[in-house]
Amino acid sequence: MEIINLTIDNKPVVVKKGTTVLEAATSIGIHIPTLCYMKLEDLNIENRPGGCRVCVVEVKGRRNLAPACCTEATEGMEVNTHSIRAINARRTVMELILSDHPADCLVCPKSGNCDLQNMAHRMGIREIHYKGEQSSYRKDTSPAIIRDIDKCIMCRRCEMMCNEVQTVGVLSAINRGFNSVVAPAFEMNLDHSVCTYCGQCVAVCPTGALTEVDETGAVIRALSDPSKTVIVQTAPAVRAALGEEFGMEAGTLVTGKLVAALRRLGFDYVFDTDFAADLTIMEEGAELLNRLTRHLQGDPNVKLPILTSCCPAWVKFFEHQFPDLKDVPSTARSPQQMFGSIAKSYFAQQLGVRREDLVVVSIMPCVAKKYERGRDEFSVNNNPDVDYAITTRELAALIKISNIEFRALPNEEFDKPLGESTGAGVIFGTTGGVIEAAVRTAYEVYTGKELPRIDFHELRGMEGLRHATIDFNGLPLNIGIAHGLGNARRLLEDVRSGKSRFHAIEIMSCPGGCIGGGGQPYHHGNSEILVKRQQAIYREDSNKTIRKSHENPYIKKLYAEFLGAPLSEKSHHLLHTEYFDRTK
Amino acid sequence: MKIQIMPKIKLADSTVQTIREICKKYDNKEGELINVLHNVQEKLGYLPAEVQEVVALELNMSVAKVYGVVTFYSFFTMIPQGEYPISICMGTACYVRGAEQVLNEFKRQLKVEVGQTTPDGRFSLSCLRCVGACGLAPVVMVGDKVFGRVAPQQVKDIIAEYHEGCPHEAKSA
Repeated sequence: MEIINLTIDNKPVVVKKGTTVLEAATSIGIHIPTLCYMKLEDLNIENRPGGCRVCVVEVKGRRNLAPACCTEATEGMEVNTHSIRAINARRTVMELILSDHPADCLVCPKSGNCDLQNMAHRMGIREIHYKGEQSSYRKDTSPAIIRDIDKCIMCRRCEMMCNEVQTVGVLSAINRGFNSVVAPAFEMNLDHSVCTYCGQCVAVCPTGALTEVDETGAVIRALSDPSKTVIVQTAPAVRAALGEEFGMEAGTLVTGKLVAALRRLGFDYVFDTDFAADLTIMEEGAELLNRLTRHLQGDPNVKLPILTSCCPAWVKFFEHQFPDLKDVPSTARSPQQMFGSIAKSYFAQQLGVRREDLVVVSIMPCVAKKYERGRDEFSVNNNPDVDYAITTRELAALIKISNIEFRALPNEEFDKPLGESTGAGVIFGTTGGVIEAAVRTAYEVYTGKELPRIDFHELRGMEGLRHATIDFNGLPLNIGIAHGLGNARRLLEDVRSGKSRFHAIEIMSCPGGCIGGGGQPYHHGNSEILVKRQQAIYREDSNKTIRKSHENPYIKKLYAEFLGAPLSEKSHHLLHTEYFDRTK
Repeated sequence: MKIQIMPKIKLADSTVQTIREICKKYDNKEGELINVLHNVQEKLGYLPAEVQEVVALELNMSVAKVYGVVTFYSFFTMIPQGEYPISICMGTACYVRGAEQVLNEFKRQLKVEVGQTTPDGRFSLSCLRCVGACGLAPVVMVGDKVFGRVAPQQVKDIIAEYHEGCPHEAKSA
């Protein structure tokens, strides 16, 4: 390994060959401003187009200024990050970027969370010396994501996410010069494109150019309507991230405060999507065992591997990109939709409330859930199973609007019956969690024996593609895990070509799984935050007394009183779904 | 703000075949996109959305990326060219000798903007940079035919010449 010695702002620094000036500076605590650059270290994701020029530094002996993010450190280099020339150039660049940026910061959905705003603040920009044409592009509203392209600064982070990480290929830079924008092909609207609504473009957008559809107003209206019973479900990943919105350390579990906040917001019942996750395991696990048993008996009609189907972006992805494989994923609905379906049938009956008078709100780490809840097959007589889906960020906004001092809240418990869950339900929030939860139940159902251990460390981690073999009492069960749709595509191509040797595959669209969802508090390029959220999820799991879905007493009760058994006719009707070929 | 409204067309099987062959000639490589688009436009005259979709499929890349390249280079067009493509040279020599007035006169007479085609499909209007005939500035090309020292007053006659059944040599390929 070759070693490079250089100085940055007169401080000596030793780095490996191949290190950039930016990385070298960061390693000694000098934080050069960046805007288009973004690196998610733990996920191997990097955006480095070198386009914004905010990170320019002066290098002794070099004629022009060097962009620190894409200049390699060389032996004997003398870098000055704050010479008057560097500062002036950086400020000029910033002013030029701002010169055609809408100045509606006060009412922008990204206000307070905007990288551009933060950078302007950090650089002390007080005046913009340039005035020119303003771009005016039509606003594009889809069921989940809003594109307000006038706020785009062409950092290309969304494009990198959409093409390289997710391989969805919806967004690309088009046109030229001042007219260039990031847009779908033929400048069509997102809802006509193959967009999966995974929201990773939203998660990395430094400005207000890409944001989620805001449903908080509708939720407030529902809560203030005395004729409605309003219930809420919260996804597993929310509790591991919501605290960040209130200045708490990443990875702080706020389950109890979350429940307390929802109760104070006025929800009549505070339930948990984790309950529905346990239900998903009952159905999906039964389906896995059913297919597996038939496969072992030599049934040629059975399709293996079985793929998880909890993630709505993943579902839309294969409907567009692999419609020929639409019989391969599990038919189980996602936990959000299972919850909605059970709430508006079983629970509405228990309360004696008509489904039209029961409003189901979900709190999701996800923007695709907004799209999913609107799918036609998830409504009965035009009444949707889930009425509103808001993101973790929107919930934080609701709590702030409602004058609730989040950090001072006591810890409270979820309501019964749809609030009781196991550790298996909690880990749905991270990559590897759904399949681990499925293994915990499927193993015991299949072998009839108690699991010798509950933690399957071989299924955990942050690598984009993982695999493990779990011994099912002599039957080696091959399991694949992918997070990020690009990784999913690789597994799917193997399934298509018949090369896949997996029995079961878990797929989550977002890097990290739901903890890294497009609706989570912004990570601003710090992937350590995702690692901490993941650790929090596993902590919550180990704190639970019951950690296997099939041992959830309220799940048992639901089957005994209402559903019968997994894969029963009633289960099929309420908890399963079908997929569509969207290439037509 | 401009929204391009494109009529949806169904490509003939032979057209699809032509595009496929061109892509194959370049080993269906993503990196050959620009060459492929050049060839396809040469054959078809323009690059409508449906053509870009076939190219994207053949080169195994996203349509958005193909569209990005098509909209980046002014050479590529998504609008069918007229039977007689008119190009006005905007090079320095032609410009200082009044090319802009000539261009404006064409716009006025044909009632189209640069990059557009007349509704009857006869003429399309574009600008180009220097055809190497600066001695004849300002220069106008109609198809392959060069008109030199064009004054705005002559524009009407040039158009009329093509309206009445055209001089054979001016037909573009």
